Amino acid sequence: MSTDTEPLLRATELFKAFGPTDALDTASLSVAAGETVAVMGPSGSGKSTLLHCAAGIMKPDAGSVRYDGRELTALSDGERSELRRTEFGFVFQFGQLIPELTCLENVALPLRLGGMRRKLAEAEAERWLGTFDVAEAALKRPGDVSGGQSQRVAVARALVTTPRVIFADEPTGALDSLNGELVMRLLTQSARESGAAIVLVTHEARVAAYADREVIVRDGRTQPVVLT
Amino acid sequence: MSIGHALLALLEAGPRHGYDLKRAYDIHLGADRPLHYGQVYSTLSRLLRNGLVEVAGLESGDGPDRKRYAITDAGITDVESWLAGPERPEVYLQNVLYAKVVLALLSGRDAQRVLDTQRAEHLKHMRELTKRKSDGDLVDQLICDHALFHLEADLRWLELTAARIDQLREQVRTTTEGGK
Ligand SMILES: Nc1ncnc2c1ncn2[C@@H]1O[C@H](COP(=O)(O)OP(=O)(O)OP(=O)(O)O)[C@@H](O)[C@H]1O
Ligand SMILES: [Mg+2]
Repeated sequence: MSTDTEPLLRATELFKAFGPTDALDTASLSVAAGETVAVMGPSGSGKSTLLHCAAGIMKPDAGSVRYDGRELTALSDGERSELRRTEFGFVFQFGQLIPELTCLENVALPLRLGGMRRKLAEAEAERWLGTFDVAEAALKRPGDVSGGQSQRVAVARALVTTPRVIFADEPTGALDSLNGELVMRLLTQSARESGAAIVLVTHEARVAAYADREVIVRDGRTQPVVLT
Repeated sequence: MSIGHALLALLEAGPRHGYDLKRAYDIHLGADRPLHYGQVYSTLSRLLRNGLVEVAGLESGDGPDRKRYAITDAGITDVESWLAGPERPEVYLQNVLYAKVVLALLSGRDAQRVLDTQRAEHLKHMRELTKRKSDGDLVDQLICDHALFHLEADLRWLELTAARIDQLREQVRTTTEGGK
């Protein structure tokens, strides 16, 4: 879905090295508002590094990341983390929920951090848990629910602030086919309803097939799209 | 897909006309490819010849739809052994994708490009199936999932081959040189 207008997020010619390893070597990515883009490629090709740079979690050594008219690489750490909190949502493969909090508190947390009152935040969180069919997990801790359930809780937490971009790094990596399916359906459906864009890192083609298009990363480089 | 066995199994619910059978087949199994009437009647006459069905009723008038067909005991046995036996797992050794990669390498063309083009096409088709799946009912989902898993298997092979393309180029080259 290419547009002649400026995309919502555009990472251009990113470089990033970890010591002697060039994790990114002219990698680019652009995402239009509401669009879902799959980032695919072999293990170690730089997918996660690209996602981290595009989301302002990590600063590239060179290159530009523009989000909604702002240059992310020019922002201070504080400004970037504020931007992430208000504009972005994150889903990772696992280990993202806080084990000491209940699932409900986990989902309410981003709202609480934004200054919302507890009652309000938890009511909103409860609504999202219901949407993702994990209402019964509300008062349990993440360690006491199944992997599939906890991943749905994690997706609820990523969406609760109605972000404009959701960054998902192997969101179904630890799930079986049925649960992976469920998570992808809920994630893409909710994103579509709220108009959020998704950057979806995955090595599974069935998961990537939920996206509008794919970007291939190889040796830190994004490949030109092959048109068929 | 064995249409004969499918029609026999559908007849186990009770005698039917050819057009009933076609409708039942199309509803349950014909998602992509509805049966032609010609297929139905040619299959039924073969089953009749082999004693697997019999004519259970004949109405006046003409045309092929005068007959109602019923399954025979031999037909039931046939369905039973078809359902009970495994299908031969389909393997695609030497498929066209493999041939294209090797021929691209042999002719000094860009084999990676062959793989990339195929991957893009596979993914495009997988996106269409995924879309169709999310708009459809459970039956659509199961049919699409079956296709999706197969396409995914192809893609994994494309991926693995891409990762080994330099090795394969080397092997293809030395095989040529060492050959007759
Ligand atoms: N924090 C780090 N320190 C050192 N090297 C790193 C770090 N993060 C990534 N790398 C290296 O950078 C390269 C790209 O890593 P990255 O995690 O982006 O790959 P990936 O495509 O996400 O792989 P996977 O599919 O296995 O998750 C790899 O060689 C990796 O070892
Ligand atoms: Mg990764």
